[in-house]
Amino acid sequence: MRIEVNGEPHDIAAPTLLDALRELGWAEARVVTAVNGDFVPLSARAAHDLRDGDRIEVLTPMQGG
Amino acid sequence: MLFYGTELSSRMMLGTAQYPSPAIMEDAFRRSGASVATVSLRREGGRGQGFWDIVRKLGVHLLPNTAGCHSAREAVTTARMAREMFETNWIKLEVIGHSDTLQPDPFGLLDAAETLSAEGFEVFPYTTEDQVLAQRLLDAGCKVLMPWGAPIGSGLGLNNRHGLRMLRAAFPDVPMVIDAGLGLPSHAAEAMEMGFDAILLNTAIAQAGDPALMACAFARAVEAGRMARDADPMSPRDMAVPSTPVIGKAWL
Repeated sequence: MRIEVNGEPHDIAAPTLLDALRELGWAEARVVTAVNGDFVPLSARAAHDLRDGDRIEVLTPMQGG
Repeated sequence: MLFYGTELSSRMMLGTAQYPSPAIMEDAFRRSGASVATVSLRREGGRGQGFWDIVRKLGVHLLPNTAGCHSAREAVTTARMAREMFETNWIKLEVIGHSDTLQPDPFGLLDAAETLSAEGFEVFPYTTEDQVLAQRLLDAGCKVLMPWGAPIGSGLGLNNRHGLRMLRAAFPDVPMVIDAGLGLPSHAAEAMEMGFDAILLNTAIAQAGDPALMACAFARAVEAGRMARDADPMSPRDMAVPSTPVIGKAWL
C-alpha cells in the first residue's frame, strides 16, 4: 500500500497506523499523529486501518514562538 | 493574576525558537525569569526528543502553539495533537490570515476557539486589538486574550496604542498578554504601564546579539512597567509646572 508520510511517499505492508509507525522506525519515538488532517490519538492507533493514498503526519516537539 | 487558574511567577512568556544554540536558550530563560515557554509541533526529523529534553529541564509551564496554521481546521487538529504531546489543556491559538503580516484571521480564530473551548482546551487566542472580536472570543469561552503589539517578528513595539488602551479599558478583569511585535524592553515596559498583565516574546531576545543580556533587560523592564502601573502614574500636562517651590525664592 502506498501512503504519504510527512509529505514523502512510502510503500508499507502495515495494515494499521500503529503497525505503520513500527515499520517506519517510530515504535519508541515520542510522536503524535494525524491521518488525512484528523488527529488520531495514541489510544486509537492500533484500531486505525490505513488505506491506499492516506496522508499521515507524524509530529514531534519543536521550537516555537 | 491567574491564567486559567494558574498563578504565574513571572509576567514574561518566552518563545523557544531562533536562538543561536540550546545553551544560549537555557541561559536566556534563566535570566528572563520567564514562567512560560511556547513550543510547537513539527514533522519528526529525528531532533524532537533532544528538544523535548531541553525544554522539560527549563522547569516552566509549556504553552504549545498552532503557529503556521491558516485555517481553523488545521489549528484545531494541531491543538488536539499538542494536547496529547505536551499533556496540557493550554493552547496558544494562532490562525494566520495573511502570510506577509501574519495577521490573525479573526473568523478562523473564533471558529477554532469555539471548537477548542468546547473540548476543554484553555485557549490563549493570538488576536488583534479589535474589541468586537475580543468579546466574541470571550463569549466562545476564552478566559485570556493575547492582542498583538505589532506583526510577529517585526520588533515595532505597540503599533496601535489607542486601540490597545481601549481594549484594556473595555475588559479590565480579563487577563491580557501582549503577544508579538515587541522589539525593545521599553516596549515591554510600556505594555505593562498600560495595564497589560504579561508579555509574550521571542525574536527580540533570541535574535539579539546577546540573548541572555537582552532577556535580563526585558525582565527588568516588565518589572519596572508593572511597578509603575501599581504606583499610579501622574497625568501628563501640556504646560510646564515648576517642581521647585516658587515661594521663598530670592529677589535678585
